[in-house]
Amino acid sequence: MTNQSDNSTDQVHHLRRMTLMWVILSVVADILFSIFVAPHVPPGRLTETAAKDQTDFNVLFEMAVPVLFGVWIYMSYSLIVWGDKRNSNQAFSGDAARTNMKTQVSWIVVTSVTVLFLAAFGTYALIVDHGSGGGEGPNPAFAPSGALKAETAALVGKATWSPGSKNVLPVQVIAQQWKFTYRYPTFGGMESSQLIVPADTTIAFNVTSLDVIHSFWAYQLGVKADANPQVNNVAFTTTKDPGNFIVRCSELCGIWHGSMFNNGKVESQADFENWATTTEAANAANTALLPAFAWTYTPDANGAAGGYYPDGTQTPYSTVETYGSKQPS
Amino acid sequence: MSIIGRLSTAIGLFLVAVALIVWALVSFLDPGTPGGYTDYTVGHSAGAPVSVNLQTVGSIGNGYGSHPTWVSYMQKDPATGKWIHDTSMILPANSVIHMTIDQYDSGSPLRNQEWGQVQGTIGSDATLNGKSFKVYDSYTGNGVGHTFAVPGLGVSVPLIGVNGNLTNICAQAPCGTLPHNVITFSFRTGAPGSYNWQCFVPCALGYLYGNGGAMSTLNYMGGFLKVVA
Repeated sequence: MTNQSDNSTDQVHHLRRMTLMWVILSVVADILFSIFVAPHVPPGRLTETAAKDQTDFNVLFEMAVPVLFGVWIYMSYSLIVWGDKRNSNQAFSGDAARTNMKTQVSWIVVTSVTVLFLAAFGTYALIVDHGSGGGEGPNPAFAPSGALKAETAALVGKATWSPGSKNVLPVQVIAQQWKFTYRYPTFGGMESSQLIVPADTTIAFNVTSLDVIHSFWAYQLGVKADANPQVNNVAFTTTKDPGNFIVRCSELCGIWHGSMFNNGKVESQADFENWATTTEAANAANTALLPAFAWTYTPDANGAAGGYYPDGTQTPYSTVETYGSKQPS
Repeated sequence: MSIIGRLSTAIGLFLVAVALIVWALVSFLDPGTPGGYTDYTVGHSAGAPVSVNLQTVGSIGNGYGSHPTWVSYMQKDPATGKWIHDTSMILPANSVIHMTIDQYDSGSPLRNQEWGQVQGTIGSDATLNGKSFKVYDSYTGNGVGHTFAVPGLGVSVPLIGVNGNLTNICAQAPCGTLPHNVITFSFRTGAPGSYNWQCFVPCALGYLYGNGGAMSTLNYMGGFLKVVA
């Protein structure tokens, strides 16, 4: 960091001018951004996770704008005011560059505080939003209240959910080349090609794979979790109002990877319950043929033959005693 | 050489290297050029149903390219009545498609029994040799050999296998009177668009999880439906 003049009067003058430009431009840009752009920043506000993601992105952007303008204004001002003079007969006709301790210290302090603030803010957002919709592995560090109880009950077929119950709803995401299917342990362990979830409900997505590595990315829900075979990768979110979302695989998984997507819906709690119970009844004959519900499954064969089976060797949530109960045989 | 000359050479070599890498990646990822779409809209009256006839064979045999041992679908050309090694079709939008699939391959339990349930068809059912069914238990009987699934339309139908112990299973396409199951069902095409269809049984023997080879190559176990207005 340098200051190009040894004239103290000039220093104050230049700094004041640069600061004034910086403040005006930064404030105007941040206000325009918050009015016209911020409400439309992805992933939207379909879930609390998505809404917080959007807020985080907006905070980051609004923090970055003053930094950006600070650098640009200083650089531009320096080039214009202290740059090499036109028609000069000297090799270096601009003002000599000199160090300025106050400016250097100020720069280091301001940028350090900014970065540390963002690091603290990001950590805080990750914790209070229960992982911010990211896959937390089989032993989630930031589980929302009630998740432990619901997930444990799901393993033994005793998870319950009804409109207004405020219970966490476990949903299992099963990835396979090249489609996602979804099991609802709360509704008899039925499996469906559709992903429907209720509004105003905390969802525990339990993501696994039957073959290669996939990635479950429910973009508008603000949820993204890798789907690994024989691993239960748990991600949480809390839905808000009804709406539509898209699920895509975001891990290149083979030739039809690009087709591995489906539409999903957040429905009102009453509509969801109606869909779930109707589908449970319609799929009952097939559900009876599915393996017992488990967090992970082992394919029977490396080819066409064989089903998938509950993986009894896995003990998801094993670091927490209640979660760590062995899966039913 | 001047600086400009060196710079030009370096940029030229860099661009050639980039082009080669892009070409290699595209060649590796490209599933192949479709042999052409079989058009079912020729002479089609608006609103009239369309009949499509497919068959699945355990091995395509000689005469259809360099993979005679690969499992494959075949399609009966509506214009000539001949079986062709082509899995891409042009279908009319908002129309009923009556599908008949002659399944000559043997079956096994499904990796995911979810595919044993008929989905997305009119009436949510299909017929196996004339008998209606909605769910097929792949752990019984001859199991399921393949599925016909159009994810974009929500269609998925299990194709029940023939007895794998038979000595006269078809091993050379096209198959005729050799043992086979006839599966029929109907579905609606919906809005114009391009939909991929595929088998969801990992039936490519010898490949990782059974999903390489024929499962990853156009004109074998998957293709496209071009639905046009």
